[in-house]
Formats: sequence, structure tokens, C-alpha cells
Amino acid sequence: MSSLELRGITVRYGRFTAVENVDLLVPEGTVTGLVGGSGSGKSTLGKAVVGLAPITAGQVLVDGGDLGRRRGRGPVQLVFQNPYASLDPRMTVGAAVAEALPRTGRAARSTEVARYLELVGIDPSRAVLTPDALSGGQRQRVALARALAARPGVLIADEITSALDVSVQGAVLNLLRELQRELGFAMLFISHNLAVVRYLSDQVAVMDEGRLVECGPTDRVLRQPEHATTRTLLACVPTISPAEEAS
Amino acid sequence: MPHLPSPSVPSSSLLHRLRRTLRTPLGVTALTACIVLAVVAVLGPMLFGAEADRVDTNAIDQGSSMAHLLGTDDLGRDIAARVVVATRLSLELTLQATVIGVVGGLLLGVAPTVLGRRLGRLVTATVGVLVAFPGLLFVLFLATVFGVGSTGAMFAIGVATVPSMARLVQNMTASIAGSDYVAAARILGVGRFRLVSRHLLPNIAEPSALFATQAAAGILLSFSGLSFLGLGVQAPQYDWGRLLNEQLNGIYVNPVAALAPGVAVVLTGLTFGLVGEVFAKASGRRAPLSRQQPPSEQSAMAPAPLPDESAEGALVQVHDLRVGFPDGREAVRGVSLTIGHGEALGLVGESGSGKSLTALALADLVPHPGRVQAAEITFDGHDLRSDPHLGTTLAMVFQDPMASLNPALRVGRQLSEVAEVHLGSTRAQARARAVDRLSAVRIPSAARRARQRPHEYSGGMRQRAVIAMGLMGEPKLVIADEPTTALDVTVQQQVLDLLAEVRTETGAALLLISHDLAVVAQVCERVLVMYAGRIVEDLPVAELVGGAAHPYTRALVGAIPTMTTDPNTELATIPGRPPEPGDADQGCSFAPRCALATDRCRSTRPELVGFDTGRRVACWHPVGAVLPLDVRPVDAEAAS
Ligand SMILES: Nc1ncnc2c1ncn2[C@@H]1O[C@H](COP(=O)(O)OP(=O)(O)O)[C@@H](O)[C@H]1O
Ligand code: SF4
Ligand SMILES: [Mg+2]
Repeated sequence: MSSLELRGITVRYGRFTAVENVDLLVPEGTVTGLVGGSGSGKSTLGKAVVGLAPITAGQVLVDGGDLGRRRGRGPVQLVFQNPYASLDPRMTVGAAVAEALPRTGRAARSTEVARYLELVGIDPSRAVLTPDALSGGQRQRVALARALAARPGVLIADEITSALDVSVQGAVLNLLRELQRELGFAMLFISHNLAVVRYLSDQVAVMDEGRLVECGPTDRVLRQPEHATTRTLLACVPTISPAEEAS
Repeated sequence: MPHLPSPSVPSSSLLHRLRRTLRTPLGVTALTACIVLAVVAVLGPMLFGAEADRVDTNAIDQGSSMAHLLGTDDLGRDIAARVVVATRLSLELTLQATVIGVVGGLLLGVAPTVLGRRLGRLVTATVGVLVAFPGLLFVLFLATVFGVGSTGAMFAIGVATVPSMARLVQNMTASIAGSDYVAAARILGVGRFRLVSRHLLPNIAEPSALFATQAAAGILLSFSGLSFLGLGVQAPQYDWGRLLNEQLNGIYVNPVAALAPGVAVVLTGLTFGLVGEVFAKASGRRAPLSRQQPPSEQSAMAPAPLPDESAEGALVQVHDLRVGFPDGREAVRGVSLTIGHGEALGLVGESGSGKSLTALALADLVPHPGRVQAAEITFDGHDLRSDPHLGTTLAMVFQDPMASLNPALRVGRQLSEVAEVHLGSTRAQARARAVDRLSAVRIPSAARRARQRPHEYSGGMRQRAVIAMGLMGEPKLVIADEPTTALDVTVQQQVLDLLAEVRTETGAALLLISHDLAVVAQVCERVLVMYAGRIVEDLPVAELVGGAAHPYTRALVGAIPTMTTDPNTELATIPGRPPEPGDADQGCSFAPRCALATDRCRSTRPELVGFDTGRRVACWHPVGAVLPLDVRPVDAEAAS
């Protein structure tokens, strides 16, 4: 079990500040939902934690230790939004998961691959297939298996269900919740959908224009939002009832 | 895939596709040419080597005769034999130079990814400068550096090929290096070299192979050129270029002797070209399509769903549309729909349900080898089966904007082309309109942006540019197929707003396809729900929550978490998975996943029938809907 602590994280692209001075603690074994409107910096923050966005200032601490510029398999893993882009089209599903495993013997590897595929509900016999033989939901499960195979203490999930069919979205969310409870990793769950965040999170953090504007227990934040941004987000929860009558 | 979505056409491995392409006339020709070339190269020197080298002072500079088919040279050697024997050296040198060019290009092309940022930039810049250098000058310069002779020429030509190959590889690896799967591998701690061998190289193999064959043809020509100039192969060795050089003096005396080596070069170059074509064909997946009238037995079988009451004034009228594949799988199984003028219609359903193919069929873009059949497809009173060309009255927006944009052309140019080709505008008019349309889709500083190429745009801007392209004409229908799915959620909203706005401003109808009910509900008035290739419900958006009659629609709606979902229970899901296009098709295709299924559902398929005003549902036990009585007995007949 690990905790994730962000201290004064700032990310700049040239003169543009995408994330500004964000402090956030994701306690071990819990889920923090990260919400915010268009371009508020959620994904950039998530990427910065795993080293995919340049941190201009601040520290990422895992279990109190600075992540710094260490190489190799990190204790933080990220699952991407689009399962059609996050798996190598030329690599079998088994090889993709194996890439996350520590180097061991061939036999040990394939049992481990099978175990992780099984964990996310993919028949291990499908390990020999390339991603084009899988549906979006199955691909996202494979991406999840790959991330979990690296035994992360912290998992970052960036909009992982927004490219999925509603019929599988629920299944992936159920799976994620179950695995989080079972394996006990800390999770930063990024989504624009408050309903989904509410369902999974112990704590909700709200971003606006690169800053963290509100953070607190899910119930409190959603019932008594303190910041105007949170109130706006609550007012525009995606819904399938017609939004504007006159259009 | 680049990504024209073709849900039911699984792409196979390159090897598989190559094997298939080799069976086409093109493949057979290429293969035969290669074998002939190889045989000549291997056996030529063994069979004719002696003859080619035999000096015969009694037969100097003879013309064509029975003994010497192409005559003899100034030492009385048989020219035909020499042309045949020269095949081996010509090919060897060409292939060696190609290997140098390709390997060097791969190394330099991949280098920026492996080296750090600063060194990488240096490599990229160097390659950029070298590519700009005139090719011939470069070869001549290198030939002087490496020295006269076949080895020197081989290095010169090989090295001269490196920059263009490197540029190609750099462009390809840059896009792959920026992909999510490479990012994922980086997070997993995969080292740089493993990254190259496992992710980069396999993904650029196809285009690289294609480039190599093209390069080989060019190299053969350069080599012959160098030898011809006396800078390449030196006597007593000879390749085709050198033979050309030797015989050119006698061209007026014995023209065939001078032409023969040239013909050999051209034929071999053509062979390389053919091999390239085979690669191109095997890696491309586009091919012409066929559009057919349904065979009469099929239309007799297809029961007529109730025609919409709006049929007359409708913009689009489709009846019994089917899209099938040669192996018998049918992905769209009798879709009937109408789209009114200016209407916003949503099409929802799980991936693979046939949404995209339905849209592609309307636009005459179904990928090979799909077959489209329909009892009726009309667009604005115009029968699409006889003339599928819609020009600019139909605008199409795909999930991947790059499917509609040419990466090599400036965005403004691509837009103005539409106006020039389809609307006959002048260049200046077209350019002005392109900038105007780009600003209409709210691309900031449109005039400047019009001069940029697509890769300088963000994903959301590319999608806007595609929409702007559709607006160059005056579309009556905009088909948007998952236009926001590949975009960052933050940009999705802006693109949806734009589509809604385009509709209000131009009065065009919109067919919006999405797997996401919330997206459709936001923009559309009416929704078609598709399942396993058929439309199972047709209802107003307002009825989605609470008013849906089909169990599948209700399950879809129920699976969406809301602000009142209890966090302590599991989310509702739809158990099982949708049938594949090839699966047995009996009864209601939703039956295996439906809680309300009865024996009747499993044995007899419910047709899409109308009820209320303008609503349609295909279900034996629709929730809360009162179906007209006359459709009920159909089932009683069928069941008996
Ligand atoms: N590589 C980049 N270069 C410049 N700007 C970027 C880059 N990546 C993200 N941004 C900008 O940073 C802002 C925050 O983006 P993002 O992290 O995607 O926010 P969110 O996930 O909340 O939508 C956006 O305005 C986006 O345009
Ligand atoms: S016809 Fe039967 S199985 Fe099909 S959706 Fe209706 S109730 Fe379910
Ligand atoms: Mg984001």
C-alpha cells in the first residue's frame, strides 16, 4: 500500500501554465476523484505524476519518498483514456502485459500474464491475440491488467471509461472498484463525469484553470460545494435528458 | 487504422495480406518477374560467362547475326551474353547500396528517439539539411569522396539514399513515439532500445519496406548512371551502365547493342516497382466497392417495416439497407430510416452494431470487400443506387480527423480544393472561403492557421477543420460518426456545440453516431437504437429516460451511473455480449441478454413496427407500449 502526495506541482508549456502549485494527498488505499472543466489541467497533472509532462516546480512523493527522476518501472502507473491508442497494434495482448512484469523465466512469465488477464476477466487463451481482435472494453481491461502487472502502489486512471460503450463502462468501473478494494492501491481517478467520480471516490478534488480549487470528502463536496467551479460542474453533470429544449 | 472504422473487417497480419496479394494478377506478375531476375542473375554468369569474356578478333564490332544475337563489341565479345552476365553485378550492387541506404536511414531515423533531446535535434537538423541537397550532386560528391570503382559507387549511392529514408523514418517514429502505447511503455520503465525494437520498428516495417523497393529502383538507375559516366564499375568488370557506355559509340552502327542494357535496366526497375506495388496493396485496405440492387428473393423475404409517415418530404429515405461481406457475414441487416430536412437524428448502439457501416453506406464509402444492398436509398429525391455522387451536399465527419485530412497539404489548400473542384470557384475565391469557413468553426487566427499543415493542429482543431471542409459547400446532411470519441473529453463539448451550431446556421440535417447516449441526447431530437445490425427502437430523445419501450434501450439507459446511484451497490451492466455478424440469427438477437425473453422471442424475430406517433420498436414484449393489433397475428402464424 502506498500514498501519493503532490507538493506545489507546477507544469508550464512555454509561457502557458497548465498546472499551478497543486498540493494534493491521496491517502493509501483510497480513491481520490479529480474533476474539472475543459482544459483545467487534470490530465496534465496526472501525466506529470508519471513523468509524461514536464514538472517546472514541486515534488511528487510516494510513501513520503521523492519520486524524482528515477528510472525503471515506477510505483505509479497510468491507464489512458483511449484503449484504441494505448495498446501497440503489433504486439500481442500477452506480450503487452508481460512488458510490465519483472524479468523472470519464460514459464513464470506466462503464468503471471495469465493471472493478470484472469484478474481483469480476460480469458488467458486470448493472450496470443493482437488488440484488433478485441473490443474496446476488452482492450481497456488489458490496459488495466498491464498497469496492475507492474504492481503499482498508486494507479492513475485518466478518463478510462469515456471511450467505452455504456454497456461495458459499468463493467469496467465495477471491476476497477473491486480490484482497488482487493489490492488496496491508492487511486487518482480523473473524470469529467461527476456521477462516475461520485460512485468510486472517497475524496473529490476540483480543478479550474490549472489550480486546485476545492478538495474534501466526496459527500461533503457534492452536497455542500464551496467553490463556484464545483457548483457549475454539479449543474452540468452529463445527463441523457435533453439539455436544451430550444435548439 | 488509421482509422476508418470498419467494425466487421478484421485486419490480418502483413504476411497474411502479402500472401493474399501475391495471388492477384499483380502479385503473380511481380513474383514471376522476381524469379526470372533471380534465375538470370544466378545462372547467367555460369552459363554465359565464358562466352561473354571470349575475345574473338575475327568478329569485331559485328551487327546482329545468328551467332551473335545482339552483335559483338570492339573485342569481338558477344553482347547478348554480356548483358545477361551483367545482371548479377548490377543487381548485387543495387541491393548492397539499398541495404546501406535502408539500414543507415533506419539508424539515423530512429536516433532522435534513442538519443537525448539535444543530440536528437542535431540529427534531425542534419538530416533536414541533407535532404534539401540536390540528389545528383550529392551522389557525385560522394562518388569523388569514396573513390572511383564499384565499391566506392556503391557506398556513394547507398549513403546518398540515407537522408530521404531517414526523414521518412523520423516522421513515422515521431508519430509513434508520441502515441499512448509508447508512453505506457515508458511508464513501465521499458528502456530506449527495447522501445525501438519492440514498438517502433514493428510499426514502421510496412512503409519502410515499400520505401526500400522504390529506393532500389532509383538506386539501379543511379548506378547505371555512374557506371555510364565512368565513375562506377571499372573494366574488366561490367554492369549494365558500363555496357551502355561501351556500346554508345556504336549506336548508329548497331543500335540494339546500345539499347539492350538500357532495356535491362528499365525492366529490372519495373520489377522493383511491381514489388513495391504489391507491398502497397498489401498494406492498404482501400478498394473499390460494389453497390447492388438486392436480389429479388431477398427483398421478398424482407418484411416491409412500416414506412414512416414523413416519407414524402424526407431528405433521406432508406429502406431495407444491408451491408454484407463475401464470407456471408451481414453487419447491417435490413435498416430502414428516414431523416427529415434539418432534423438532428442520433444513432446509438454498442461498438460493432453496424452504426458506422450504415453511415458509410449512405455516403457510398463502405470499405472493400463490403457489399451494399438496399431496396431504396434516396437523398433529396435522388436515387443513390444509380448515382452515388453527392458532391458537397453531404458532409462527413469521422472519429479520426486524419482520415479526412492529407498530412502533406496545408489545411487551407485542402479546404479550397473542395470549392475549386466541386463548386468551380476561382483560386482566390476558394482561398477566401476556406479562411472564412475556418473562422466559422472558430479556429483562431484562421488566415494564419490555413497556411499550416494538419500536424500543427491539435486533435480538436483538426476535427473543426474537417467540419469546416464539410461547410465549404452547402451540405444538406452532415454525418458525424463518433466525432468526439478520439478527442480529449475537454474538447468533446466544444465540437458538439459546434455541430449543433452548424445545424442551426445552415439548416442542414445531422446524423450523429455515438456509443455515448449522453452525447446524442445533447444534440439530437430523435434517436435510433441499433443492435446487431438492426434498428430496434426509434424514439424521441425526451423519452429515453423512463419512456423507452425496448428492453435493450432501457438496459443501456440503466447502465449509466447517475448522481443518485448507490455507491455501495454494483453498477447495472448488460450481461453477455452482442452477437457477431456471423452468428446464427434466429429470433430476437437480444434474447440471450434479455430479462424478458420468452420462447417466442427465441424462435421468431420481432419486426420494427410503429406505434404512437412516429415511434417504432422491434420487440415482442415492449415496456409500456401499445402496439397496433394488426401486427400481432404475424407471430402467431410464424410460431405455428
Ligand atoms: N503539450 C502541450 N503543449 C501546450 N499546451 C498543452 C499541452 N498539453 C496540454 N496543454 C494545455 O494544458 C491545458 C490543460 O490540459 P489538460 O491537462 O488536458 O486538462 P483537462 O484534462 O482538465 O482537460 C489545456 O489548455 C491544454 O491545451
Ligand atoms: S423480443 Fe423478447 S428477447 Fe427481444 S427484446 Fe423483446 S422481450 Fe427481449
Ligand atoms: Mg483531460
